[in-house]
Amino acid sequence: MNYTLLGVNHRTAPVEVRERLAIPESRLPDAMRLLLQTPGVSEGIVFSTCNRVELLARSPQAAPDLKPFLHEFFRIHAAELTPHLYEYRGADAIRHLFRVASSLDSMVVGESQILGQVKEAYAVARTVGAVNGHLDHLLTRAFAVAKRVRTETNVGSSAVSVASVAVELAKKIFGTLEGKNVYLVGAGKMSELAAKHLLAHGAGTIFVANRTHERAVKLAERFQGKAMLFEGLYETAADADIVITSTGSPLPIFRKEHGELFLARRKNRPMFFIDIAVPRDVAADMNKLDGIFVYDIDDLQSVIAGHVSGRRAEAERAEAIVEAEVRRFEERIHTLDVVPTIVSLQDHLEAIRQAEIDKVRGRLGALTPEQEIAVEAMTRGIVNKVLHTPMTALKEAARDSHEGRQAEAGTLIELVRRIFNLERDSEKQGTGKR
Amino acid sequence: MPQLWLTIAILLYGIGLAYSILLTFSGRREKLEPFVIAMVRIGALFHFVSLAESVWTTGRLSLLALQRTESLLAFLLMVLFFFTFWRYRTFSHGIFVFPLVLALTLFTAYGIRPADLSAPARSGWTVTHVVLIVAGYAALFFTFTASILYLVQERSLKTHTFSGLAARLPALQTIDELGFRSLLIGFPFMTLGLVAGSVIAEAAYGPGYLRDPKIVLSLVMWAVYLVLLFTRWAAGWRGRRAAVLATAAFVTASLAWAANYVGSMHGMAP
Repeated sequence: MNYTLLGVNHRTAPVEVRERLAIPESRLPDAMRLLLQTPGVSEGIVFSTCNRVELLARSPQAAPDLKPFLHEFFRIHAAELTPHLYEYRGADAIRHLFRVASSLDSMVVGESQILGQVKEAYAVARTVGAVNGHLDHLLTRAFAVAKRVRTETNVGSSAVSVASVAVELAKKIFGTLEGKNVYLVGAGKMSELAAKHLLAHGAGTIFVANRTHERAVKLAERFQGKAMLFEGLYETAADADIVITSTGSPLPIFRKEHGELFLARRKNRPMFFIDIAVPRDVAADMNKLDGIFVYDIDDLQSVIAGHVSGRRAEAERAEAIVEAEVRRFEERIHTLDVVPTIVSLQDHLEAIRQAEIDKVRGRLGALTPEQEIAVEAMTRGIVNKVLHTPMTALKEAARDSHEGRQAEAGTLIELVRRIFNLERDSEKQGTGKR
Repeated sequence: MPQLWLTIAILLYGIGLAYSILLTFSGRREKLEPFVIAMVRIGALFHFVSLAESVWTTGRLSLLALQRTESLLAFLLMVLFFFTFWRYRTFSHGIFVFPLVLALTLFTAYGIRPADLSAPARSGWTVTHVVLIVAGYAALFFTFTASILYLVQERSLKTHTFSGLAARLPALQTIDELGFRSLLIGFPFMTLGLVAGSVIAEAAYGPGYLRDPKIVLSLVMWAVYLVLLFTRWAAGWRGRRAAVLATAAFVTASLAWAANYVGSMHGMAP
C-alpha cells in the first residue's frame, strides 16, 4: 500500500503556470474520475486552489506514475511542468497532506480557507466514490491534525489573509473602524471579501461604484450600502475613510491631484487606499501625500510575510505536531495491515481445507452425520493448530508496530504473505471491502 | 527625608526608562509590562510622599523653589503618563517621558540650591501662577511627544514596515487624538498661568516686565501653541506640519524654562 502526491504550489510555480492548472469546481468530479483510471490507483483525490493543484493517490502496490494524468487532463506537456512539480511518496506524502490541511504550506501560514477547500474536495471525492477506505481514513486524520494545530498553537491567531491584513492596517490608522465608511471601486470578489471583513469589525456605510452600474447596485444591496455612479467617483470618494479599488482599468484612477482634493475636503483626516487591482488603480505618488496611505497587493503580501516570520516559533510547534501525527498514522497503517493478512491467511487455509474435504469425499462415499462432524472437526483442528503460531506472531507484530518497531513488523507480514502465497488474495482485500 | 523618598522614586523610574529603551529598540516585551508599570507606580507614590512632605514641612510656598517646581512638573508628567497608559494602553510615550522625569527629579534631589525668591514673587498668587504653568507644561509635553510618535507611526505606515517602536504604537488616529486632547487641556492652563503671571508682574514691576527674556519666550511659546491649535481646528493640520509647530513650541518652552537658570529679574533675582 502506498500514497503518492504530485502537485505544484505557490512556491514551485509562478501564477501563470498555476492558472493553467487550475481546475474549476464543476470539473473537479471529472478530474477525480480520471485520476481513478490511472493504472495502479485505487483511491484518489484532487485539490485545486489558487495557490496549489495537487493529486493524491493510493495504490495497493508500487507507487503509480501520476504524470500522464496531467497531460491527459490539462493537455499540457509533462516536460513543460516538470521543473515546477513536486512528488512525495509514503510518509512524505502523508506529511505534505497534513501540512497543507493545517495551513503550514500556505502562502499565508495559518490562514483558515485551505482547510475548507480540502474539505470541499473531500466531499466531492466521496460523492464520486474516489475515496473509500484507506484514503478516507487518511483525509479524516488530516482534518483532525489541522484541528489540533489550530487549537494547540497560535499559528492561525493573527492576520490570516489579505482581507484581514486590510482590517488590521485600517485599525493601525483609525484605531476603531466604528463609523468609518468604505468605498468599493470595482465590484470584485476580493474587494467584497475585504468589505465583509471591515463590516464585521464595525465599519459604517459601504459605497460601491462600478463601471457597470447594475453590478454596483447588486453588491451594494448585499451590504445594505449605497451604489454610486462611477462618473461621480471624484465628487463622492472623499466621504470614505477606506477606499478599496479593484477595477480592470489599465491606467490609475486615483492620481495625486485627486488625493489633494480629497484631503482638502476632509480637512486632512487620514484616508486609506487598498489597491488590489493589477495594474494598479492608485498612482504610486499618492502615498507621498500626508494623510493618505496606499497599500497595493504587493504591500499587503509583504505585511503578511512579516506576520509569518513573527509566527515562526508557533509554526515550529505546529510542524512538531504534524511530525508526531505522521508517525502515529504510519504506525496505524501497519497495525491495520495485520488484520487483512490474518483474514486472508484464514481464508486461504479454509479454502485448502474445503478443497481437500471435497476431494476425499468422493473416495469415502456417503458419510453418516456423526462421521461428517468428525471429519469437519478434525480438519478444522489441523488448520487451527497450523494457524495458531503465525497468527500469534502477527498479532504480536501489530503490538510491536505500536511501539515503533514497524520495520520488523513489516518484514514479518511480508514473510507470512510470501510463505502462504497471499499476495493475490490481499489485493482483492485491499481494493474491495473497507 | 523628602530627598530619600525622591531617590527611591528615581531608582524605580529608572526601571521605566530601561524598559522604554528596550521597547523602543527591540520591541515586544509585553510580559514585562505589568511588572514595570507596578514599579513605576510605586515610584510615583514615593515621589508624591516626597512632594507632600516638603510642602507639609516648609509650607505651600516651598513649591516656588525651583527644585520643587521641577519635582512637581515631573510628578504631573507621571500622572499624565499613567492616564495615557490607562486610557490608550500604550507605554510608547515612556521613551520621552522617563528621560525628562529622571532629569527633573535628579536635579531636584541632587542639584544646586537656587537663590531665594525675590519679595514680589512670594505670594499666594505666584503659587497659582506656577502650578497652572507647570500643569500646562506637562500637558503640552504630551502634545509634543504625540506629534513625534505620530510621525513615527505615519512613516511606518507609509513604508509598510512595522518594527521596533512602531510595532507597538497605538493607532495613528489615537495618537492624533491624544496629542490634540493634551493641547486642549494644556493650552487653557498655560493661558491662565501666563495671565496670572502678567498680573503679578504688572503689579510688582509695572509695564517693564515685558522686557524680561523669560516672559518674551513664554509669550512666543504661547503664540506658537495658538497657531498649532488654530491650524488643527480650522484646517486639520496633522503629521509633519503639526510636528514642526509642536517642536518649535517645545523648544521655546524649554528655553523659557532654562531662563530660570540664566537668572533674570523673573522670580530669582532681586
